[in-house]
Amino acid sequence: MTYTFGLDTFGDRNSEPGGTPLSHAQTIRNVVEEGVFAEQAGVDFFGIGEHHTEHFPMPAADTVLAAIAARTARIRLGSAVTVLSSDDPVRVFQRYSTINAISGGRAEVILGRGSSIESFPLFGYDLADYEELFEEKATLFAELLKGGPVTWEGKTRAPLLNQDVVPHTESGPFPAWIGVGGNPQSVIRAARLGFGLALAIIGGPPARFAAYSQLFQRALEKFGRPPLPVLVHSPGHVAPTDQQAKAEFWPHWRDIIALIAPERGFAIPTEESFERETGPDGALYVGSPETVARKIATNLRALGATRFDLKYGMPGLTHEQLMTNIELYGHQVIPHARELLGELVASPQRCPSDNEAAEQAHA
Amino acid sequence: MTEPIRLAVLGAGHVGPVIARLAIKAGYPVAIATSGDPEEISLIAELLIPGAQARWAADAVADADVVVLAIPLHRFADIHPGLLSDKLVIDAMNYWPTSDGLLTAFENGGSSEIVARRLPGSTVVKALNHIGYHDLEDRARPAGAPDRRAAGVAGDDPEAAAAIAGMLGRIGYDAVRLGSLQAGRALEPGGAVFGAVLPLPEFERAVRADARSLA
Repeated sequence: MTYTFGLDTFGDRNSEPGGTPLSHAQTIRNVVEEGVFAEQAGVDFFGIGEHHTEHFPMPAADTVLAAIAARTARIRLGSAVTVLSSDDPVRVFQRYSTINAISGGRAEVILGRGSSIESFPLFGYDLADYEELFEEKATLFAELLKGGPVTWEGKTRAPLLNQDVVPHTESGPFPAWIGVGGNPQSVIRAARLGFGLALAIIGGPPARFAAYSQLFQRALEKFGRPPLPVLVHSPGHVAPTDQQAKAEFWPHWRDIIALIAPERGFAIPTEESFERETGPDGALYVGSPETVARKIATNLRALGATRFDLKYGMPGLTHEQLMTNIELYGHQVIPHARELLGELVASPQRCPSDNEAAEQAHA
Repeated sequence: MTEPIRLAVLGAGHVGPVIARLAIKAGYPVAIATSGDPEEISLIAELLIPGAQARWAADAVADADVVVLAIPLHRFADIHPGLLSDKLVIDAMNYWPTSDGLLTAFENGGSSEIVARRLPGSTVVKALNHIGYHDLEDRARPAGAPDRRAAGVAGDDPEAAAAIAGMLGRIGYDAVRLGSLQAGRALEPGGAVFGAVLPLPEFERAVRADARSLA
């Protein structure tokens, strides 16, 4: 079994060590440095999630990914997630196909909603239409990925008649996933359309998602598709010790969740809930390299998943803290997790062909 | 109403399967349905809700004593009121504009009161809407457990509310009766207990302090 390990960011706004927030522009430049450094540290994938807020100034993830693509050679680059419902699938395909060109075939895309809803009013969409928008656009995106001329008609964008959509990829479809938070019907949809399954596990016991992974594989069989990979995306923070990681992460986690809790329906974190979430049965990967590696290995096994993407950072952390997180994740967490998972290849230096199986499966 | 209560859960998204699982565990016969072909959710029923039958909505409802509405509120308008007539209906839906978008029909008044007005032939009770779907399953405890939590039930029909209170007790919560659907506004987004998973005394205190439930 080959495992892949990634890092995701939402462009969480950095602070100076004293707590003063950095500008949006500086935060974005820091994300570019973090992506480049992730490759040097031996991370397989770097993902950027679309957000449109003061604390997450990251509306154009693809532009940032292009900058990272130009300065890297090996790391895979993708969205985490692209809010497809409020975007144009043709433009999304074109932008990521362009990143695929710049990077020599290293692009990926995760389609979903995230817990991000700001893009709906911003671009003139009604949240009540979410389901229909996503269903139609994901279906069209699956057609676009195939690469040939596309004929499509729906309610959410102009029809396409035998339309050649450029740029063409050099080696078939790039990997595409659907992000799922807890709706089993979304799992069925990912299988029906032939996308990988990205499980966003941001609270509670990760093991509850094992049934979703089984549901996905059974649904793929039912739709006559070959097996496709499952990835796990969860938030966390790595520092030299458990104590330091928790102390750095907790105040920023509490503040940001408390801020968005009323509209997202999250419970306000308490120290008790934080302890539960950072423990073995929780969804947060906050701790020393040893703690985080063990938790990753345990949960990848339990969930039948072959990729783990750590959503690192939190508004208010410093760029230096994030760079330490990346260094520890790449140099210590990943090799140790591979070891625990009994992977045969021990080298932390991975090449893009790691995802060959996934790509073939997606094709 | 004679035991066992037969349940039809409408909705197979985040919430429906959780309610269905809890009900099955408590010994209730459960059918689950969406607006579409049961074939589309047969795997969900098999793998996530062992023991539940995936059925067409009309069939599930016809054979049920209690129907649980666990669909997004904006889809409620698609349900023909006749489908639910003479049924006891649990409204587990929420009007939550910041999360799901604005619905003008639900802008004024409690959402379950508006649902009840659209279902004149049904008896509507508000319950199972105010605890997050993950928590709903994780925090369920048998009667008498020291860490058992409370869940609200609000209705204008005392007999129906009592029946659902009994059901909440069996699936794992101390039921707290709120005197009317209007009082049930305390269970809504922005209300005193929405999203909180409280022990009985704190739950009762919070509900009593909620001005909306006294309105």
